[in-house]
Amino acid sequence: MTQPIVSRALYYRICAALLMLTLLTVGVAYLNLGALNTVIALIIATGKALLVVLFFMHVRYSSRLTWVVVSAGVFWLLVLLVFTLSDYVTRSTLAGWL
Amino acid sequence: MAEQATAPAHQFDTPIQQYEASTLGMWVFLLTEIMFFGGMFLGYTVYRLAYPEAFAEGSHHLDVVLGGINTAVLIGSSLTMALAVHAAQVGERRQLIRCLTGTLGLGLVFLGIKALEYVHKFAAHLVPGSHFVYEGPQAPQVQLFLSFYFGMTGMHALHMLIGIGLLSVLIRLAWRGRFSPAYHTPVEIIGLYWHFVDVVWIFLFPLLYLLGRH
Repeated sequence: MTQPIVSRALYYRICAALLMLTLLTVGVAYLNLGALNTVIALIIATGKALLVVLFFMHVRYSSRLTWVVVSAGVFWLLVLLVFTLSDYVTRSTLAGWL
Repeated sequence: MAEQATAPAHQFDTPIQQYEASTLGMWVFLLTEIMFFGGMFLGYTVYRLAYPEAFAEGSHHLDVVLGGINTAVLIGSSLTMALAVHAAQVGERRQLIRCLTGTLGLGLVFLGIKALEYVHKFAAHLVPGSHFVYEGPQAPQVQLFLSFYFGMTGMHALHMLIGIGLLSVLIRLAWRGRFSPAYHTPVEIIGLYWHFVDVVWIFLFPLLYLLGRH
């Protein structure tokens, strides 16, 4: 078959990066950064998820069609989160205006 | 046997087309899983925004050390799964069986540690329900946090159990020599599933264990 074979060395490097990021996210959680704590935790988690999806799940080496399908999944997840939260987050603000 | 496994099913022109159809089908299934877990993450976020102090208080009852170890265990299992796919691609049968068994073993370690955490929660009366005992003005909200904790990690653990079942089938097939560089689609597809379950945990760990820790 013609699908590219990812080298073992790359898999080891990705795994090492994932473990480092895990240590980083645990370390940062103990610093008091206010609202930034949540932002940093989510950025690190998203970075880790990207590494897994692109390399372990081979999306980086997959067909355009796979790219489109995976992006569609992320897009619909964002629709679910952003539209619902834009309602909940603004409720108390709007109540003050009305 | 090898001939059968290499020839594509009659609706496909080539083995590579069959392989791409299979992985695409798996991705479509994983999208439904994204929406399934997405709903729980959304519910968790809405209530976290409503009761930030109670949720921060609740996360202090979770064990960061065990959760962190489990994160490392799961990342390690993703590595062995990726190496299993590599072994299948280059046709190293023994290495394939070793890697799959390693993945299964690490999956069992994860579930063992998870079970230990659950037992601690039962002993401390922190399991939501009629035996929930908690002192403090935020008790109902902390119970809500723990409901999310058990619901989300429980669903994740169920996916791990299914993954372990799938891995044991793969090991059996690999043992019988069903996979070759020309045909190893099941290894790749179950690998996708396993990595997806890892990604869910990558988000669960900081959201449940780490936020509100400082």
